[in-house]
Amino acid sequence: MQGILQPPMPKSWRKETKPHKFCPGCGHGIALKALGQAIDELGLQGIAVFGCDIGCSLLAWDFFDLDTVQTHHGRTIPVMVGLKRARPELICIAYMGDGGGYAIGAQHLVNAATRNEKITAILINNTQYGMTGGQMAPTTLPGQKTETTPYGRDPELTGYPTQGPEMVAAITDERAYVARGTVARPGQLREFFKRALQNQIDGRGFSFVEVISACPTNWRTNAKETWEWVEKLMPTYFRVGELKVPEALRGKGVEAKDEETP
Amino acid sequence: MEKPIEGEKKVFMTGNEVVAWAALAAGAEIMYGYPITPQNEIMHYWTRLAPKYGRMFLQTEDELSAGFTTIGGVMGGRRAFTATAGPGNVLMQEPMAMAEMMRLPVVVIIMQRGGPSTGTVIYSQQEVTLTTLGGNGEGFRIVYSTASNQELFDYVIKAFNTAWKYRFPTFVLGDGYQAKMREPLVIYDPEVRGISPVPAEPFLGKPGVPGVDRPPGHYRNTYNTEEELYEVIMGLARAYEAIIPEVVEFEEEAVEGAQLLVMSHGVVSRAAKSAVRALRRDGYPVGYFRPITLRPLPVEVMRRRAKEVRQILVAESAYGQFARLVKEALYGLQVEIVPLFRPGLGINPEDIYSRVQELIKGGEKGAGHIAATHA
Repeated sequence: MQGILQPPMPKSWRKETKPHKFCPGCGHGIALKALGQAIDELGLQGIAVFGCDIGCSLLAWDFFDLDTVQTHHGRTIPVMVGLKRARPELICIAYMGDGGGYAIGAQHLVNAATRNEKITAILINNTQYGMTGGQMAPTTLPGQKTETTPYGRDPELTGYPTQGPEMVAAITDERAYVARGTVARPGQLREFFKRALQNQIDGRGFSFVEVISACPTNWRTNAKETWEWVEKLMPTYFRVGELKVPEALRGKGVEAKDEETP
Repeated sequence: MEKPIEGEKKVFMTGNEVVAWAALAAGAEIMYGYPITPQNEIMHYWTRLAPKYGRMFLQTEDELSAGFTTIGGVMGGRRAFTATAGPGNVLMQEPMAMAEMMRLPVVVIIMQRGGPSTGTVIYSQQEVTLTTLGGNGEGFRIVYSTASNQELFDYVIKAFNTAWKYRFPTFVLGDGYQAKMREPLVIYDPEVRGISPVPAEPFLGKPGVPGVDRPPGHYRNTYNTEEELYEVIMGLARAYEAIIPEVVEFEEEAVEGAQLLVMSHGVVSRAAKSAVRALRRDGYPVGYFRPITLRPLPVEVMRRRAKEVRQILVAESAYGQFARLVKEALYGLQVEIVPLFRPGLGINPEDIYSRVQELIKGGEKGAGHIAATHA
């Protein structure tokens, strides 16, 4: 029946651990599907290693048929950096949330980017801390109510949402690949992931993809409202697209596509 | 590629230089590190020597990263290590908690400096509690406390084999005096002493396609329920307890007929040994005991020796960190434990000699602590 009524799971997914552990409506599943497809299409299952952070991303610790390590909060980038330095032939993927990448592990993101570490970092932006119950994150939108901003985030007190890819683009050289995708465009996201991985395969440099994602559980939104957040509201703060593409990756038939936009 | 050391060689080196040579000789493939005094020259020598022997180095953004990149290297199947001190050792405890939970064979060299806080950059024995029991765990780790540059060489080599054989994070606990002091010693190719490297094996990136040729390696440190975690921790505890008899090391001298035992570790034990020899020469019934492994402690022999004496003088360059370990080991015995605590300060043989003289001549009582409240 598979392939007729529903599209097949990526080959690199571990079937035994499906259905996955994320909440209904969570964006992680879509992002991880796009990642699985990118791994399949590039034929990386035998050499890719997946590192996941603390927070909801840790639920992916047994998600793939890939060697996987679940690390500490914010520390997935250094674990993958250490692995890549020791085993350059592996394709090392650091998967984290916005708290892990932009708050507690920000120094690792900044320095790995500056050193042009040849890993691929993927950061899921759902505007708050999901696993701990919905506190303010660096990415929380102005006015957004969270458990630690119950009256809405006041930019006077706590600033504006972190512009992660913009920051990474600013501190990296021309060998880096930087993009922001969205779970609303999984086809485009898959292509972004493929380029981010290709940049590592080529041994060129640091790759970073932020993913606009959804957390209906903590946003307390229904399906319609959730998609309005993802498709309309979040892109007003977080511009979707490629910010930095090394010359060698341009025009190689992996141009951004959005044929799967719902 | 030529070996870093052919055969044996007499040298005159600082402890930090010795560590770099020992790591090379032990076949360490990569060092990850962040600058902090007094361990900096380990990196300085390593960065000069490593490229000549095909070894690697990464200077990280902090000690959290140094510890976690070391974990990444080890999980890739490389003999990897880092070195730190003081506040860096504090940060190092986060990655070491992960290494403890997942039994990752990381090797960490600690050169203790004064504390708490930034303290001094010079010397102390105040990182005993942190190194033996740091992190939010149970102390399932192995800690060698060295006393000389020769021992630094010997135990750095040993640490890599201990880590990879038993799969617990392994520390070599030195101090700023050992780090900066220049001493004569013999460095050697471990093979000429019959020491073969325990093979390193990858956790991640093993041969074959996961899910096709073999199951994937899925490693985690987070568990869903209390019961699940309990099983894991009890498994760690059983594994750790099983290796204790094989791992523990100690040194003792003049314990026959001793009424008082001087107990110390690390560089202070050199002062203790000199003092005990002088005291014995002058007719005092004093013995010398020094655990080399602070985790696990050689509890069995410590208790046996404690039963043979009336008093134990614990000398350390800290305010009772080592003494707390000793008291726990001797719990239940009727032996008086007398402190000689000099936090962040060196201890000379004369300090120990005169204190022991006072204790024996004066028959002094009441200044010490009883190890336990019941016999």
